[in-house]
Amino acid sequence: MQNSFGEPQTIVLLGGTSDIGLAIVRELESAALRHVVLAVRNPDSAEAQAAAAGLRSPKVEVSVMAFDAVLSDTHSAFVDSAVAVVGDLDVVVMAFGVLGEQSAFDADPASAARAVTVNYTGAVSAGLAVAARLRKQGHGRLVVLSSVAGERVRSSNFVYGSSKAGLDGFAQGLGDSLEGTGAKVLVVRPGFVHSAMTAGMSAAPFSTTPDKVAEATVKALKSGARTVWTPGILRVVFSVLRHLPGALFRRLPLG
Amino acid sequence: MPQVHLSRLAGWGRTAASGARLLPVNDGNVAEAVRGAPQRGALARGLGRSYGDAAQNGGGLVLRLAGDAGAAMLDIAKREVTVGAGVSIDDLLRVLVPQGFFVPVTPGTRFVTIGGAVASDIHGKNHHLEGSFGNHVRRISMLLADGSVAELSPTLRADLFWATIGGMGLTGVILDVTINVIPIETSKCIVDTTRAHDLDHVMTLMEEGDDRYRYAVAWIDLMATGRHLGRSILSRGEHATREQLGSDNDGPPLEYSPSVLVSVPPIVPISALNRVSVKAFNAAWFRKAPLYRVGELQTIPQYFHPLDMVGGWNQAYGPRGFVQYQVLVPVGEENALRRVVERLATSGAASFVTVLKRFGAANPSPLSFPAPGWTLTLDVPAGTSGLAAMLHELDDVVLDAGGRHYMAKDSHTTADAIRRGYPRLAEWQAIRNSVDPEGVWQSDLGRRLGLIAAAH
Repeated sequence: MQNSFGEPQTIVLLGGTSDIGLAIVRELESAALRHVVLAVRNPDSAEAQAAAAGLRSPKVEVSVMAFDAVLSDTHSAFVDSAVAVVGDLDVVVMAFGVLGEQSAFDADPASAARAVTVNYTGAVSAGLAVAARLRKQGHGRLVVLSSVAGERVRSSNFVYGSSKAGLDGFAQGLGDSLEGTGAKVLVVRPGFVHSAMTAGMSAAPFSTTPDKVAEATVKALKSGARTVWTPGILRVVFSVLRHLPGALFRRLPLG
Repeated sequence: MPQVHLSRLAGWGRTAASGARLLPVNDGNVAEAVRGAPQRGALARGLGRSYGDAAQNGGGLVLRLAGDAGAAMLDIAKREVTVGAGVSIDDLLRVLVPQGFFVPVTPGTRFVTIGGAVASDIHGKNHHLEGSFGNHVRRISMLLADGSVAELSPTLRADLFWATIGGMGLTGVILDVTINVIPIETSKCIVDTTRAHDLDHVMTLMEEGDDRYRYAVAWIDLMATGRHLGRSILSRGEHATREQLGSDNDGPPLEYSPSVLVSVPPIVPISALNRVSVKAFNAAWFRKAPLYRVGELQTIPQYFHPLDMVGGWNQAYGPRGFVQYQVLVPVGEENALRRVVERLATSGAASFVTVLKRFGAANPSPLSFPAPGWTLTLDVPAGTSGLAAMLHELDDVVLDAGGRHYMAKDSHTTADAIRRGYPRLAEWQAIRNSVDPEGVWQSDLGRRLGLIAAAH
């Protein structure tokens, strides 16, 4: 149960090595926090163990648990075992996803389908499994890391963009379906984030950092918002972009 | 699966709500309702005046027990009343006062139920002499987890009786209660008011003079700093006698007609309660109080329940809600109290109403809040920047001094803080587990503060 300041006692990070996800966990740290679960594909990996070591403290227990976004059949069982480890789920952050390169997807359509399976299909089964638990316990927050890329899909990354468009719609609908249950969904729409996922890429305008995304996310969680754009200016930018005629949109140098 | 209707329930502070099945019940069907409780268990809820999550049970069953003050049985010879747990002090006073009786303890609001008063072991302005609500309970009838109804008293199953006093509703559903009532000649109070120029002054006045009054409490201007730190208005009183009423009061001496004068509209700009407005209000209130005044006649609502005159005042704090911070600092640890007041005053946290009360002796309940010492209570908007970190920091000052948090007010602290503040927690848990081994009685507060082993 989170306290009156919106400080959670338990956090589950799906995509336990995500830069943004870990930044959100750090931003949510408080005297109230007692247990964090990092859900990763390979719990023994050095990366996962390092992430856990970075969060562990005398007051905060950290468990690393196996979770694979593409194995939808396992997601309900994963949620049950997370509950067995930490008790009620106060905040669940869904931060897994692959960006990929459009040219590689063009050359290998099967790899595009695999990416979409992680970003969308896996998020659907994991999101529903988490929501079922939150509904049962009558409280809890699911944070879904969407992207502005889904707001108006661009040709430069339309496989990724379309998967985020699907995810965004799913997450909004899931949030609406939880109305009145005590549980809530927060949809986070970051712009270009400097992180391991985007290393080596040239930054888009209004780029941001994992820490800034985390700050905006936690602020939105505490205020009870349902969506947050980060940086906030992107809400305005994309409300314009979304309504641009296709002929004009295609000519924009959007990278 | 039938569609279960969920209600979103919050405490009076309107923070951290959760969804639960809210079911109105009466004495006749409460046992059956509990048998149908989901895995997340069941909990009785009164009028929802505890500030945090004490009366919430996310994902479980929440029972609202009907209450009929008209069915209360008053035994004038024994000076006791037997009343349903769902009856409010408001309703009970409407029955008792015209008969020349008063409740033995009333908190700052009359909108609490008798069941809630027992479960939170509430206290009032007379604690320094007469203890908390539990001191005046003669008998409790309670539904246990196994479906049976137990009779409890200080001599009958005394361990369960005292575990239920202050037990936060986690030992069973309290059905009805027999409490002492005190005789009054009039429905007025006679009140003495003194201004104190700083914290030491008010504490000295309370130590020296409280015992001459049945009721005593100080209001602190928490916005004052420096040499004014802790400046206060000390208000102390007693029920007025007919003689004190004098000749200019020609109405019936026991007339009692409390009213809720105004309602705060549901949407109030959050800016209405900011640091500047609260500071101005506090300063004005302080100056308005007389330096010294004796023998002022006030009505029961004026003296005991001033905030009840504004219906729904909790909504003035806006959508983020507010936090009430109430802690105990034991006798001999006045320096810790001073540190807490100083830290709060210099932080500029906008506390609209801050109250200091000197407690008397504790009762035998393992989870009762009051103990000899001082209790400080303040209201702060939950969205105040830096408030969470500051309260966690003050928690340490209070706990290091051997103090504790009042669970009926708490909405922010940790299981660790409760373990430290309530050294008899394990004793209480053993009693609870002996009557509720399956964990039928559950609450959000119980899970958050580690009072109970949570059923997932």
